[in-house]
Amino acid sequence: MIEVKDLKKSFDDKEVLKGITTTYEAGKTNLIIGQSGSGKTVMLKTLLGVHLPDSGQILFDGRDFATLDPNEKRTLRTEMGMVFQGSALFDSMTVEENIGFPLKMFTNKTNAEIRDRVQEVIDRVELIDANKKMPSEISGGMQKRVAIARAIVNNPKYLFCDEPNSGLDPKTAIVIDELIQEITHEYNITTVINTHDMNSVLQIGEHICFLKDGKLVWEGTSKEIMVTDNEDIVDFVYSSELLREIRRFHSGKK
Amino acid sequence: MIKMLANIGKYFIMLGEIFRRPTKWRLMRNLIFKEIDELIIGSLGIVAFLSFFIGAVVTIQTALNLNNPIIPKYLIGFTARQSIILEFSPTFVSIIMAGRMGSYITSSIGTMRVTEQIDALEVMGINPLNYLVFPKLIASITYPFVIALSMFIGIFGGYIAGSLGGYLAPEEFVKGLQDDFQPFHVIYAFIKTAVFGFILATVPSFYGYYMEGGALEVGKASTKAFVWTSISIIICNYILTQMLLT
Repeated sequence: MIEVKDLKKSFDDKEVLKGITTTYEAGKTNLIIGQSGSGKTVMLKTLLGVHLPDSGQILFDGRDFATLDPNEKRTLRTEMGMVFQGSALFDSMTVEENIGFPLKMFTNKTNAEIRDRVQEVIDRVELIDANKKMPSEISGGMQKRVAIARAIVNNPKYLFCDEPNSGLDPKTAIVIDELIQEITHEYNITTVINTHDMNSVLQIGEHICFLKDGKLVWEGTSKEIMVTDNEDIVDFVYSSELLREIRRFHSGKK
Repeated sequence: MIKMLANIGKYFIMLGEIFRRPTKWRLMRNLIFKEIDELIIGSLGIVAFLSFFIGAVVTIQTALNLNNPIIPKYLIGFTARQSIILEFSPTFVSIIMAGRMGSYITSSIGTMRVTEQIDALEVMGINPLNYLVFPKLIASITYPFVIALSMFIGIFGGYIAGSLGGYLAPEEFVKGLQDDFQPFHVIYAFIKTAVFGFILATVPSFYGYYMEGGALEVGKASTKAFVWTSISIIICNYILTQMLLT
């Protein structure tokens, strides 16, 4: 579980996060949504410890990242997995080397043990015939699977995903969303996903945080988001004329 | 000017960061060998080619200019040796290496920055500067080997061009090579080379690591890295020559 308490972050004079308080529970897919510039990326990077908060607390199962000593921080980082928007696979390594990298870095496993664990997660994310390929030789969807496999190989407690299905066709995007949700439930991981894809929101949004201008203006589930009267949410969800027409039709206003 | 001073400060902070939170030795060992292969072994071909022909040209130019009959012919070998050992191999080859090694280092690290691979290392709790730059720094310790080879091949090129071109007899060239030979000149060349190796590994890394933007900026960063690596080498060359030879 990750607890965020009154989190504030500024860059120069611009306040990007304005006192956010929320809780991300384990075993749930927690989504951060909002328009571009709403503070989603800064929020995710602050959760990851890439940015230090100006004030407020981020508690990882009770551990405040900011007050941990370097060794404890390092341990906490090994409990995190991250899926980047562009996958961020190491292009000088093969698929299986990419996936095994965190194990080589942070565990004392033998090469055989690493190989076995890598094969286990490769099977779990259903990567077929890609072990020896370079990232540039596989499709965008497969790259995302490799990124997910690399993120979960060291059994993380916390999984962060930045726009995990950006650049993918709608069908592959759904498959990737479902894979992340399945893994979250299966391993009881606290998953935080940064997205502005409404398909993802409806598909896997078990807990949704809506940010606007650095403030948390709404929280709820994928079912609640479709029926809320919150104007900001309505404006965001029904951003296209087609969706607005459908909403009007369903609410009997037509 | 202020930006330049800020960059110099940032560069020295980066140097300190390289040695913090070291990567596991069993991984680092492989990275070092990989960098030696890429940066040092991979440069041998071009260095050998350039050294041979520049050595040959230096010898021919010297022979054509020393046409006074009272000047002994063996001075052609002497001049070629001094030019190659003191300046051509350590300095000229290092500037060429600023293009070859420098652009490789800047573009590889810069591409990792653009494609979030450096962010991925950071999020995993790895010190990216140690992981990426330290192996290059260690590989650069073997850089004087490249320059030693360059000296040998450059002088050999001069020997071939001088004797086959009929400018002087092979024995005269060898006599010139041995005449008034001061071993300290070789030491001086290797001291310079060690400093240049350090610059070649760290300045391009700095421009790659701290670059911002996309693919276009990777190219711009490579160009900047080449310019500043060359300038740093030239300035250090002047300072070291002043300190060690006067």
